[in-house]
Amino acid sequence: MLVKQMSVFVENTTGRLADLTKILAENDIDIKASTIADTVDFGILRCIVEDPEKATRILKENGFTASITEVIAVSVEHKPGGYHKIMALLAEAHIGVDYIYSAINSDEGEAVIIMKMEDPKKAIEVLTNNGVKLFCMKDLAK
Amino acid sequence: MECSDRPTMRALQLEKLKKTVKHGYENVPHYRQSMDEAGVKPEDIKTLEDIRKLPFITKENLAANYPTGLFAKPMTDIVRIHASSGTTGKPKIVGYTQSDLDMWGECVARGLTMAGAGKDSVVHVSYGYGLFTGGLGAHIGAEAIGATVIPMSSGNTQKQIMFLQDMNSTVLCCTPSYALTIAEGVKKAGLDPKALSLKAGVFGAEPWTQGMRDKIEEGLGIKAHDIYGLSEVMGPGVSTSCEANNGMHIQEDFFFPEIIDPDTLEVLPEGEKGELVITTLGKEGMPLIRYRTRDICYLMRDKCSCGRTTVRMSRVFGRSDDMLIIRGVNVFPSQVETVIAKFSELTMNYKLYVGRENNTDTFALAVELAEGLAIDDIGFVEAIRSKVDHALRDMLGIGCKVRFLNAGTLPRSEGKAVRVEDTRTLG
Repeated sequence: MLVKQMSVFVENTTGRLADLTKILAENDIDIKASTIADTVDFGILRCIVEDPEKATRILKENGFTASITEVIAVSVEHKPGGYHKIMALLAEAHIGVDYIYSAINSDEGEAVIIMKMEDPKKAIEVLTNNGVKLFCMKDLAK
Repeated sequence: MECSDRPTMRALQLEKLKKTVKHGYENVPHYRQSMDEAGVKPEDIKTLEDIRKLPFITKENLAANYPTGLFAKPMTDIVRIHASSGTTGKPKIVGYTQSDLDMWGECVARGLTMAGAGKDSVVHVSYGYGLFTGGLGAHIGAEAIGATVIPMSSGNTQKQIMFLQDMNSTVLCCTPSYALTIAEGVKKAGLDPKALSLKAGVFGAEPWTQGMRDKIEEGLGIKAHDIYGLSEVMGPGVSTSCEANNGMHIQEDFFFPEIIDPDTLEVLPEGEKGELVITTLGKEGMPLIRYRTRDICYLMRDKCSCGRTTVRMSRVFGRSDDMLIIRGVNVFPSQVETVIAKFSELTMNYKLYVGRENNTDTFALAVELAEGLAIDDIGFVEAIRSKVDHALRDMLGIGCKVRFLNAGTLPRSEGKAVRVEDTRTLG
């Protein structure tokens, strides 16, 4: 149930992201979800792509520092309390969250959030035992 | 001595040169070896021109003889140590005997006198005190003329201004960039520079321009003088500009200057621009014989309106090596390289950026990241940066803003890499 996320170091200069997305576009790689953590002079782009190994290799060939991190993709009910249900389960089990962002595609009544966990295996166990739906790479690539 | 005729000066220089060469040959293995290799003995020095038979000594030789290999006196006779940064990360250590300190005091005293200082002056020293020769150098000169010395050291501009006001300081000694900072502080405090008792300033340890001089003179209501020196040679006071502001008078009875072509190493005809080579005359602790300063300037022998007959050197136009002077501190790109090489997270593709903002030097490093880093976490990257920051500060003694880049983003040059971009304009 672990999902592979690609993380890329990006200098904080105008046009730098376009350099990166151009390479992905030219290699037919679609970005399913993304977020940027930024500081004054650099950012880290985290994204879910169809074939992260291939994307990482291509970016490295083009001079980008890129690596793969394992995250989980969680289904959240599109209603008040939906998000809280997930957080409460994790809090109760004392599992820390490093960061969260939302995926672009989601079915009706359901959102997908990407979560980087302190202990992803335990998180998967707790969430699936409580009926929370998790996505695998294939689901996200749809 | 400052107004003596040429024959008298040259006779004194020759006598002191002979003594210095003999002293070096007999007491310093480096000089004995290099002179033996060049096939020259102390007795071969019969005229001042014979100095050209002697080999040069370079900052690399200084590094190779770290720490005290060039000392010509036993440690029992050395009463003071100073140091400045060297090429390899190891500082250049300089030892002074009491007689050397007296000579230094005399040189700086002459410089301060050119700036109009005397027994009644209050000399405010805002150079850093410590291993750096600026603070204690200005201090010893001011004491030698019997002035009142205020050993402020640098920093805390408000307190500096308070002392300038309350102690009625008449002469300010510091780096030109710090003089500008003080001038700005005076303006910010709404003070009229005329209300201060300051009359003159003696500024050095970093390159500056006529434009900066104008701003300092206006901002503090003073006459600004240039002082030149190198720690390894002695410290500030090798030369100072007089009221004519037309070059710095070299204290010729203590230093023998030559100008060489840095490529051919030939001595250039008088008046031509080249690298300054200094031989100390009479310095005991660490005599330097034909020391290549790397500073580019020219000498002037025409008559100075002040009446002094000593030769004058122009301001320093640049350097014949890659050393940078940033906020008065000597920085070699090789030192930065040493730090970068310690980090497996970094590559050796780097560039240094030196600039000037609000009259203060800025210093930044851009370096490409190594391959295969697990780059997911900002904290991870910031932790590396913080480690690099600390390592640089430890090595250089000044702060450097560090920025990371992806591989391949720095421009590649064919042949010698352009490692430094210095956008400070010195007009």
